[in-house]
Amino acid sequence: MRTLATALRLTVLLTFLVGIVYPLAVMVAGRVLFAVQARGSLVVRGGKVVGSSLIGQSFTSPRYFHGRPSAAGSGNGYDAANSGASNLAPTNAALVAAVRARLKAVLAENPGVSASQVPIDLVTASASGLDPEISPQAAELQVARVARERRLSPEAVRALVWAHTRPRWLGIFGEPGVNLLTLNLALDRLESGTAAGSDERSHRR
Amino acid sequence: MFWNALAQVGLFSVVLLPVTVVLGRYLARVFSGERTALDPVLRPVERLIYQVSGIDPRSEMTWAEYAVAMLLFQLVGMVFLYLLERVQAFLPLNPQRMAAVPADLAFNTAASFVTNTDWQAYAGETTMSYLTQMAGLTYQNFVSAATGIGVAMAIIRGFVRRSAKTVGNFWYDLVRATLWVELPLSLVLALVLLWQGVPQNLDPYVHATTLEGAHQSIAEGPVASQEAIKYVGTNGGGFFNANSAHPYENPTPLTNLLELLAFVAVSAGLTYTFGLMAGDTRQGWTLFGAMAFIFLVGAAGAIAAEQHGNPLLARLGIDQRASALQCGGNMEGKEVRFGIVQSALFAALTTDVACGGVNAAHDSLMPLGGLVALLNMQLGEVVFGGAGAGIVGMLVMAVLSVFVAGLMVGRTPEYLGKKIESREMKLAMLYVLVFPAVVLLLAAVAGSTASGLASLSNPGPHGFSQFLYAFTSGAANNGSAFGGLNANTPFYNLLIGLDMLVGRYLMIIPALALGGSLGAKRALAPSAGTFPTTGLLFAALLVGVILIVAGLTFFPALSLGPIVEHLALMAGKTFK
Repeated sequence: MRTLATALRLTVLLTFLVGIVYPLAVMVAGRVLFAVQARGSLVVRGGKVVGSSLIGQSFTSPRYFHGRPSAAGSGNGYDAANSGASNLAPTNAALVAAVRARLKAVLAENPGVSASQVPIDLVTASASGLDPEISPQAAELQVARVARERRLSPEAVRALVWAHTRPRWLGIFGEPGVNLLTLNLALDRLESGTAAGSDERSHRR
Repeated sequence: MFWNALAQVGLFSVVLLPVTVVLGRYLARVFSGERTALDPVLRPVERLIYQVSGIDPRSEMTWAEYAVAMLLFQLVGMVFLYLLERVQAFLPLNPQRMAAVPADLAFNTAASFVTNTDWQAYAGETTMSYLTQMAGLTYQNFVSAATGIGVAMAIIRGFVRRSAKTVGNFWYDLVRATLWVELPLSLVLALVLLWQGVPQNLDPYVHATTLEGAHQSIAEGPVASQEAIKYVGTNGGGFFNANSAHPYENPTPLTNLLELLAFVAVSAGLTYTFGLMAGDTRQGWTLFGAMAFIFLVGAAGAIAAEQHGNPLLARLGIDQRASALQCGGNMEGKEVRFGIVQSALFAALTTDVACGGVNAAHDSLMPLGGLVALLNMQLGEVVFGGAGAGIVGMLVMAVLSVFVAGLMVGRTPEYLGKKIESREMKLAMLYVLVFPAVVLLLAAVAGSTASGLASLSNPGPHGFSQFLYAFTSGAANNGSAFGGLNANTPFYNLLIGLDMLVGRYLMIIPALALGGSLGAKRALAPSAGTFPTTGLLFAALLVGVILIVAGLTFFPALSLGPIVEHLALMAGKTFK
């Protein structure tokens, strides 16, 4: 009985300490030190939240760089309130069929590109369904299309891609990736000629 | 590509060495009550907790008293978490108005988090209120791991004490592990994660209008605080459904490395602590060496399998070769920022360490990659293993190894000068047999009932792997999953719930009894005939015993799942 009473009292005390005080302390510290990140690294354009720089979103217009297939939620995926993977096994015929269809779509959207130039990440679903990035090769094969659609020079578009490519950490860890939301925003800005002094910024409240 | 993979794994492993020593020393100080730099802040809190809870930290417990206190504390925690899930709809900090968690799912989740498994039959962002995530799940992340660390200290004391009746005080170990070990490590990690982009707020989900004008609802929450202890305590339960593949849980390669390091740190450190307490650090390094060897072999296998890519997709002409512009390999269910190496390394280590946090979809791993993950868990979570539970399992395997060595040379086996006799062997065998028995029995039930088979999402041998993985993960207290399995059914919630409880308590209690039994013995001085339990020979024997035990029990099951799937894949076969 005495042991049970101790267990009960200790549960209450420790729940308060590590279940309430600790998360709130981290929250206060976050608000002071890393205000943008603590709120989810939201991106604002023209006073409206257009997404988060960490969270992928669906791009289908030929004027934008497209991301990876997503299994998050239904439809086009990228449901940022319902993350998840396809969980298809490598031997599942449904996986092979899906990849074949995606490859066909990529080749149709990007004339002149051959299957051997298509990197695997562009035709496979990510683990979160919210991957904000694609590989540099997946961006490169879309440069010609985006440049043509926007009447920009391929060189200018390619330079923008490189400016939004995150290298490996310390040149060693992880893999390089191109952030699509920030890249596509920069494209819009380049076209509307408001590169300097744009109203786009990370969100603070 | 090869050199980069070597650098990514090699540098990580090198960093682990000083972490093991520094943390191992610190843990030894904390649990022997020596002074630490944090004492001025933490001592008053500790004293207050003892006062209010009516604890006398100096009173020693026998192994049985220790077990009773541990079980009662866990029971209270499980009931508390269950109730919190059931009534969350009426409580504050629930901006998304999450409804009450259904009874079977609430039971499964409560069992999952008290046992340090963190198996998730639910999706965090569509099921749990912020209060449940904080006061329920984050709290259990702390204390389930602290309980494991406490039990490890009790058992180590049993191994190194002489003619002792007691193994320490559960409350003291629990409070010290929470305040001195987990809290400071989690605070530091949470701040670094925040800096890298892991959110920490209580906001409702954000409504964004995408560049193409579509509506996107973005889940938020107190993620950083939970993410930190999720790894420091080898828990692995994600705030979100996608776990550490979600960019809000693991936004950069740097956070990926820190999360890897965080979940192996305490378990690796405890090997050094064990060596210190045994009065010979070589004893600890021998266990560490055996662990590191199995880890590196498994990680290399997983990386090779995933980097090789899927031959069925290669036939379509897609480029799966690694280059400067893409990582190639099997990218289904993986994130670009981690690529193959960081994903496969994570998959191998999270299954070694009984962590269960994932940064890739294990269900979409290549058959051999999935085999590494499955086999790592089936080794009994002794390769670093869960916080505390890992070193305990390794000590049991060490006892088994000296017994085998004793049989070969015809002498009574000894470990750390203690004679290993009939009672110790019975307890060790009980510990070793409970795990495969429960996994294989439950897998057989699932494989022969309609409710078991209805949840499979992949056809062919992979479907078998899905439920084999589920019961292995539950009993191993790992928590990772072949996520396509629809585990949120009354059938799986109940069975995996029991699987986790059996895998935790029916293993911890014999191990505590073993510690108590050894603690009561006198220590013999080593003689010329004593089989040394340090060095390469013993480490090799230990690795051999671990592999043989797991191989003998699980090989038939593995051959029906990932092995036959691999052969089918090589033959170019798909399943519908």
